[in-house]
Amino acid sequence: MRHPGRWLAVAVLAVLTAMFVHMLVTNDAFQWAFMVDNMFRPPIIEGLVRGTVVMTICAMLLGVTLGVVIAVMRLSDNPILRAVAWLYTWFFRAVPRLVLLAVFGNLGILWSRIEFGVPFDTQIGRLFGIDNLELRAFGFTSRDVLTGFMAGLLGLALSEAAYMAEIVRAGIQSVEGGQAEAATALGMSRGQTLRRVVLPQAMRVIIPPTGNETIAMLKDTSLLLYVPVSMELFFQLDAVGKRTFQIFPMYVAACLWYLLLTSVLLVGQYFLERHFSRGYGQQARARMKLRGFAAEQGGGGGGTGAVG
Amino acid sequence: MSDELMVRAENVHKSFGPLEVLKGVDLAVRPGEVSCVIGPSGSGKSTFLRCINHLEKINAGRIWVDGELVGYRERGGKLYEMREKEVAAQRRSIGMVFQRFNLFPHMTALENVMEAPLRVRRESRAEVRERATALLDRVGLASKIGNYPGQLSGGQQQRVAIARALAMRPKLMLFDEPTSALDPELVGEVLDVMKDLARDGMTMIVVTHEIGFAREVGDSLIFMDGGVVVESGAPDEVLGNPRHDRTRTFLSKVL
Ligand SMILES: Nc1ncnc2c1ncn2[C@@H]1O[C@H](COP(=O)(O)OP(=O)(O)OP(=O)(O)O)[C@@H](O)[C@H]1O
Ligand SMILES: [Mg+2]
Repeated sequence: MRHPGRWLAVAVLAVLTAMFVHMLVTNDAFQWAFMVDNMFRPPIIEGLVRGTVVMTICAMLLGVTLGVVIAVMRLSDNPILRAVAWLYTWFFRAVPRLVLLAVFGNLGILWSRIEFGVPFDTQIGRLFGIDNLELRAFGFTSRDVLTGFMAGLLGLALSEAAYMAEIVRAGIQSVEGGQAEAATALGMSRGQTLRRVVLPQAMRVIIPPTGNETIAMLKDTSLLLYVPVSMELFFQLDAVGKRTFQIFPMYVAACLWYLLLTSVLLVGQYFLERHFSRGYGQQARARMKLRGFAAEQGGGGGGTGAVG
Repeated sequence: MSDELMVRAENVHKSFGPLEVLKGVDLAVRPGEVSCVIGPSGSGKSTFLRCINHLEKINAGRIWVDGELVGYRERGGKLYEMREKEVAAQRRSIGMVFQRFNLFPHMTALENVMEAPLRVRRESRAEVRERATALLDRVGLASKIGNYPGQLSGGQQQRVAIARALAMRPKLMLFDEPTSALDPELVGEVLDVMKDLARDGMTMIVVTHEIGFAREVGDSLIFMDGGVVVESGAPDEVLGNPRHDRTRTFLSKVL
């Protein structure tokens, strides 16, 4: 035999796999029939659609949009905008998502009503001898809005925006400065340059980590249990498990559901990445392969290989 | 008085922090004139060129293009900087070609050329496509219309870049060492396109190390060193009979 070590490893893995399958089939705690009966119940499917799929889409849309804005602020010439952007990313990256969601779920304690208007209006009024001056444009009762889905969405989206801002910033900075200069020299405005020249190229750098963020977001919707958001996949599975005292089968069901959903996203990610590598066709790919090859050979890290 | 000149620069100063790069540059370029700028590395040639389309703000002095003050508005003897939009409008009629081409790598050659007329001038797509195709044909790239920059040679990329600038119908073209990043055998094809442009009556300011080009095509030659224009005049005169030591020293190295 040419590779005795390889064959030994295969043999060990085969035994381990057989043991695992044996456990899956023979251990009663799995309750497979019960799991299959329960994992497709209407509230669970509704939770999956609304709390997991729709929530992921909304949180990512909001998070990416806000992330782009913060990244642009971070790269602006204005020191105040830069500082605000830095503070934002610092805060939302420093607080764990789970904690953030618990906080957002309980914001109602801070204000029973949320109102928009002149800050300190009553105090200012008192300064000028006016009692109970109220300059408020509009308001709403926070319990109507800032609970459940909205609180969860806000928590996830604001936190996502901080991570997306860093990703977008790295993407923008990866675009060679000469491109923006050429666009400017052609008379394009700053906005046009960003939209037409810089961002499309930054996409190549932005898309892969954004795909990963989307997958992470889909998984993190399970954290909505702590807001709580009841119309959500994990909340519903957990509820069935607790109600029936069959918690373990429902957690296995959760694993299977998330495996399925993330696998779908992985396929989407593949096609998106292919689309955005336009213009970096055979040559760039060949160059990347070469670089990978050199690395495999233990060759020093090749240069970044300027395009052109 | 500056009306009959295409470009007129007066006492242009530019500093980067404590480093004064331009120390009072004057220039006059008539319509249709090809003005070549030579000089040692770091003498401020690129910086001066970038001041002409306000890619760099100047610290003192004035620049007019086609009789219009660039980047500033004069009111009561004082200069006020223009808003970004107004500067962008001025840049539309000034084409620029860079040493490193700076094509948009995610667009095909044709899309590169069409981009600015479509987005900036908001012309009709059919008309722009026709003009862009004709321009690419003129620079000898009719067959490369659908190629991305990464699929073109350096010389071909630079010719696309020239076509891209021409698509805005500029009245002035600025070239910053357009052939310096090219392999020697590709220099000729780019210079040929530039000669063709010059013959067509385009006003051009060309920063270059190609002394042969300056002699053959240039109407005037400017030698810059240390942030000032040391010597200028007809190319044959400056090259054949330099009056300043610094010019002589520089020429002895490049000729
Ligand atoms: N953005 C900048 N910030 C700081 N210094 C700069 C900047 N751009 C140019 N300089 C400096 O200004 C001086 C003149 O640069 P410039 O590029 O105009 O020279 P050049 O004559 O074009 O040289 P070359 O022939 O090498 O292109 C150099 O010392 C350079 O380091
Ligand atoms: Mg230069």
